[in-house]
Amino acid sequence: MSAWTGTPRLVRLALRRDRVILTVWLVAISGLIYGVISAEVALYVDEAQRLAGASFGAQNVMARIFDGPASGTSLGAMSWVEAYIVLAVLVAIMSGQAVVRHTRLDEETGRAEMIESSVVGRHARLTAALVVAAIANAVVALATTLVMVGSGLDLRGSLVASMAMAGVGMTFASVAALTSQVSTTQRGANGLVALVIGVAFFLRAVGDALGTVGPNGVEVISLWPSWLSPLGWGHQARPFYQDNWEIGLLYLGLSAVLIGIAYRLSRARDLGAGLLQDKVGSDRASSSLLSPLGLALRIHRGGLLAWGIGMSVMAYAFGIVGRSVDDFEEVSPQFVEFLEDLYPGADLIDIFSTFLMAMLAIAAAGFTLQALLRMRAEEASGRLEPILATAVDRRVWLASHGVIAGVGTAAILGAMGMAGMLGYLTGGGDLAGGWGQFQAAVVFIPSVLTLGAFVLLAFALLPRWASLIGWGALVMSLVMGQLGELLKFPQAVLNASPFTHAPKVPAEAFTALPLIILLVCAAGLSSLAVWRFRQRDLAIAA
Amino acid sequence: MLDKTKGNAMTEAIRTEGLVKRYGTTLALDGLDLSVATGEIHGFLGPNGAGKSTTVRILLGLLRADAGKASLLGGDPWHDAVDLHRRLAYVPGDVNLWPTLSGGEAIDLLASLRCGLDPRLRDEMIERFQLDPRKRCSSYSKGNRQKVAIVAAFASDVELYLLDEPTSGLDPLMETVFQDVVKERVGQGKTALLSSHILAEAEALCDRVSIIREGRIVETGTLDDMRHLTRTSIHVRTERPLTGISRLMGVHDFEAHHDGGAFEVDSEHLGAALTHLTGFGILDLESTPPTLEDLFLRHYGDELAALSGNGATNGVVKRGRRR
Repeated sequence: MSAWTGTPRLVRLALRRDRVILTVWLVAISGLIYGVISAEVALYVDEAQRLAGASFGAQNVMARIFDGPASGTSLGAMSWVEAYIVLAVLVAIMSGQAVVRHTRLDEETGRAEMIESSVVGRHARLTAALVVAAIANAVVALATTLVMVGSGLDLRGSLVASMAMAGVGMTFASVAALTSQVSTTQRGANGLVALVIGVAFFLRAVGDALGTVGPNGVEVISLWPSWLSPLGWGHQARPFYQDNWEIGLLYLGLSAVLIGIAYRLSRARDLGAGLLQDKVGSDRASSSLLSPLGLALRIHRGGLLAWGIGMSVMAYAFGIVGRSVDDFEEVSPQFVEFLEDLYPGADLIDIFSTFLMAMLAIAAAGFTLQALLRMRAEEASGRLEPILATAVDRRVWLASHGVIAGVGTAAILGAMGMAGMLGYLTGGGDLAGGWGQFQAAVVFIPSVLTLGAFVLLAFALLPRWASLIGWGALVMSLVMGQLGELLKFPQAVLNASPFTHAPKVPAEAFTALPLIILLVCAAGLSSLAVWRFRQRDLAIAA
Repeated sequence: MLDKTKGNAMTEAIRTEGLVKRYGTTLALDGLDLSVATGEIHGFLGPNGAGKSTTVRILLGLLRADAGKASLLGGDPWHDAVDLHRRLAYVPGDVNLWPTLSGGEAIDLLASLRCGLDPRLRDEMIERFQLDPRKRCSSYSKGNRQKVAIVAAFASDVELYLLDEPTSGLDPLMETVFQDVVKERVGQGKTALLSSHILAEAEALCDRVSIIREGRIVETGTLDDMRHLTRTSIHVRTERPLTGISRLMGVHDFEAHHDGGAFEVDSEHLGAALTHLTGFGILDLESTPPTLEDLFLRHYGDELAALSGNGATNGVVKRGRRR
């Protein structure tokens, strides 16, 4: 029996378990790429317009941060720059979660024990997980190639683009293979992958923002930090422009190294163990734990801290960059014109703060969802049952998690705003501009709370679907925020996102009414959720 | 039914009438009537999937019955859930705990949320069940997780204990400790509903048992009463060959041996059968009263027969395929 005996069988098992979720990913990713290409076709009718668009994108710092470095004026290249970063993050999450699901989660639930007691080699589970990720990425790459070629783009560029996407997928699958050895829980392993995605995004955002515009005016030459990030490499492949095949070697090399380390760690440890050792706890509970709120706080404090620190660091870093927008006025009068059309009379720096914090606020809603959906995990795993068998009212239990999610969200957005302000001051900005950063962050609190209340209602009404509904709603908000204007969603669709309604302070004047309406919606949805949760049966097995 | 405590609500800790619960098209409870008297240990017996946990969850107000009535300690399990839960403790059969909490923290938490943490009882239980309360819940084995739930339940001095297959995963030593603790509590006037499929445990502990099958109670009563309704097996050695036994009232499955025989006899005809035997010169007689297993199998015998039938067929098929 070799170390890989049984791998094909485990691959089939994993594909059977994942057939729905991987299909959803495939459809979402292909659909998104198709939408972006169609939108670009509609947006630019001729070469002159594309030239204008590309040179604008090359000079615009925000476009560099959220889209990446401009790479020429071809339809394919412009679509790629527009769509890539969202796609890359989605592919990274898809691949990372798939690997964690078939390695660490199986160990956590004890399934791995049953599997390894049968005729299965030592490396079979890890290998099967990576093979499944590879298959998923190959299928996604095939689908996106077909979509791109079908949309009239050239085959060579389409292949380079798809290769880059699959490269991102396999790199983060390898990262997940590693984090699954380090952390003893699925939650922890996925969290570490998310952290690496965040760092990779940040590195390339800095590298692209600080890059220089090439001599032809439609190309950004990124600074070195972009080359430290596997997310940045996908931009540097520059499909439909330079078609840099060699980038594939970078992905191959990094994945091989990471996988090699993962196998070494896997060989060295016991089943179920991680590198992070279990500590001995206390034999008695402190009185702060002994209430529904105390338990909820204990459950959420790790996530709250991680999200708070992560989002604050991000906001601080962007705050430092924020100051440089001011120099922009001389470089690109065209860009300034565009912004002034968008927000007449607004200050450039304020517009930058608004744009940035809008994206960070949607990202911060990830905490809100994670906290609220933890309730479903508590219910499905059977941990809620003994709690509700004690003298705890269902409403109290729901409220304890809801309050932590809500207050925690407000705290994270507040901390993000403060960090943005500090960063801005560190970068040499004035207090007024810094205050703008703070306002831009906290104005989204009602929007995130409304999204949270919607997820709470989903949990009360359709517990088994709550997770899918919740994350789907967040991804939709993200796509609308990032690509909504480009994809020309009808206003009615944009209005479905609570983020659309927040006043864009400081670029726009502050108005309280939409915020009040959002808060009323949040309160209404939450009350409905509480009412429904009191009526329903517990849905224990998933 | 041989239920002598029926009728007076004051002496009943649990009473359900015609409980019905559906999950989609599956009928989990099909008119379940259960009555548990105050101060007894009541065994609630049935195989997996018969509806035991569904019943317990309805009694806890975690699920809502589609039809029928249930009352628990004089209250309505759904509407008065919080007030009732102060007076009871629950041990689930499959305990899942918060991985980052220590066992001791989980015990304190659950008992406090019930408003009934008695530190003296808690320490005594931890001692008796030999639990290390400082370990994280994520590193406990199944048996130790079960102990945490048991200790958390018995750390409170409550009127009613709802125990849903509480000893799954416990070693025999701990099972004995568990039985002692339950007996002590009931000795102090508490009530326990013990759902189980471990018949020896029920036999050792229970005053009365209810047997559930496909969502209905098919038999309730004390073990003695139930034994009375069933057969005793007799093995006998005699000086002369046995004759005329199978013609006696209430005798079944007679098997003649060269020096005697074996048969089963309905309990009410036992006396007559023994009188008949004395005429053949008894050398040796062994009488085995029915075990709970026999009682149980009376209700599940047909299912068992069907299962072993299937099993045999499968075996043949598999062997056939391999060739």
